[in-house]
Amino acid sequence: MLGTKSYIAKSVESMQPSGIRKFFDLAAGMEGVISLGVGEPDFVTSWSAREAAILSLERGLTSYTANAGLLELREEVSGYMNNRFHVSYQPKEEIILTVGASQALDLALRAILDPGDEVVIVEPCFVSYAPLVELAGGKSVTVETTSDQQFKLQAAALEQAITSKTKALLLCSPNNPTGAQLDKKDLEEIAVIVKKYDLLVIADEIYAELAYDIPHTSIASLEGMRERTILINGFSKGFAMTGWRLGFICAPSELAAAMLKIHQYAMMCASTPAQYAALEALKTGMKDVEEMKKDYRRRRNYIVQSFNDMGLDCHTPGGAFYVFPSIRSTGLTSEQFAEELLKEQKVAVVPGSVFGNSGEGFIRCSYASSMEQLQEAVKRINCFINNR
Amino acid sequence: MRINNDEREILEILEKDARLTASDISKMIGKSEEAVQAMVKKLEEAKVLVHYTALVDWSKVDDDQRVTAMIDVKVTPKRGVGFHETAERIYRFKEVSSVYLMSGAYDLSVTVEGKSMNEIARFVSEKLSVLEEVVSTTTHFQLKKYKHDGRIFEEKQIDNRIVVSP
Repeated sequence: MLGTKSYIAKSVESMQPSGIRKFFDLAAGMEGVISLGVGEPDFVTSWSAREAAILSLERGLTSYTANAGLLELREEVSGYMNNRFHVSYQPKEEIILTVGASQALDLALRAILDPGDEVVIVEPCFVSYAPLVELAGGKSVTVETTSDQQFKLQAAALEQAITSKTKALLLCSPNNPTGAQLDKKDLEEIAVIVKKYDLLVIADEIYAELAYDIPHTSIASLEGMRERTILINGFSKGFAMTGWRLGFICAPSELAAAMLKIHQYAMMCASTPAQYAALEALKTGMKDVEEMKKDYRRRRNYIVQSFNDMGLDCHTPGGAFYVFPSIRSTGLTSEQFAEELLKEQKVAVVPGSVFGNSGEGFIRCSYASSMEQLQEAVKRINCFINNR
Repeated sequence: MRINNDEREILEILEKDARLTASDISKMIGKSEEAVQAMVKKLEEAKVLVHYTALVDWSKVDDDQRVTAMIDVKVTPKRGVGFHETAERIYRFKEVSSVYLMSGAYDLSVTVEGKSMNEIARFVSEKLSVLEEVVSTTTHFQLKKYKHDGRIFEEKQIDNRIVVSP
């Protein structure tokens, strides 16, 4: 029996639970809900990758791998990153396989932050950025983006947020929740500021494969940026492998060695069957990725047009599988909108406010659902708006 | 026929789901509804878009005993017309649902549907084998359909994803 003393660390006690949780609880008990609230692909991992994992189990390949992951997979990742995003990393010293991109983020932050160091995060953003910065002993400093700028980080806004304690910029493109994609010119402007203040960039590029109109540019591919970038990617989104929990880090050897030190003590290595599945996905799965992308692109176009048709302003995001329409015209807060929509029409969306204050007035809708589901969702949302 | 990217998109979209309306497709490819209708009409007229059908699993319907056979047919090609004339004489039978010219050990792959095995046996012996150019036939009856036109018949589409996730 515990006494009155709290055993929970203060840093954890003061941490806010994710706002997404509330909507999960609301939606989970309901029947017949169409969910546009899901942050993962509706596709199942390709059969060839699943079969490779099964085969690895049949062969009894169930031991640990090297801390950084199977060398063969790191070599394949190295080739893939070079082919797709024109960045070059040594498989032996500069690539680490992690338990999802989430662990990669945690490793990157813990490896670079001393107490009090500041990390600039760009809102609206993934819910875990600020808590992870704080768990690593750092302080998150928020830069807000706006719909007028298509939720793209502006170099001037970044510069204003920088202090003498700023150590890194945490940047996600294509972005969850807005779908915003930074093009080469946007990134070059940001890179100027990053170099001027001698910062690191933690580049969360987990949605890199899902860019629909122009190819993804990695900030690490810009001149002089490779040495100051920790590049994070993985298999979850592009290869529809969320449940396997497999991501990776590409970083210059000094930074990679620091992260590997934490990884070897805290995690040992990523799951072995997942690594064999990923190896196959990289070798033979690009065709499947292209097919998925085609589908996502059509659905994106469909849902953007549908929102605009019903009077909810929605820009066309360049990547990921989210749209971020404005619901201001309804006079509701994004939380009210999401809650009432769920209760009245049984469509689950995520209020933009859970991704930061600048997300207020917007909702995140994932189009990782079949066309049939999207059509039905659009019909219901239309009903919801017209009934007001 | 040369087609543009939009037309290719329309073909790919309709091949997956022919029930999507011109209005849906117009949103998916970012073109006006009228433009989509015009492109569809053009593709239909050129017989690139040949027909719209539904995929039916008749094995689930009680008292439906229909059988399907795939028949490998060896043919002596004719001077001047090759295999075309024989293919034509075969595909005109309404019980024939497909005819393909094949590479390999035989020439024509013919799919025949009938109400019973007897009906198909009669078709092969009385209609197909008697054709002058037909050298031999090998008939394979289908026992069960697992997957057809990219669709798995028994697979249940269960969405295991959690309803709301970051």
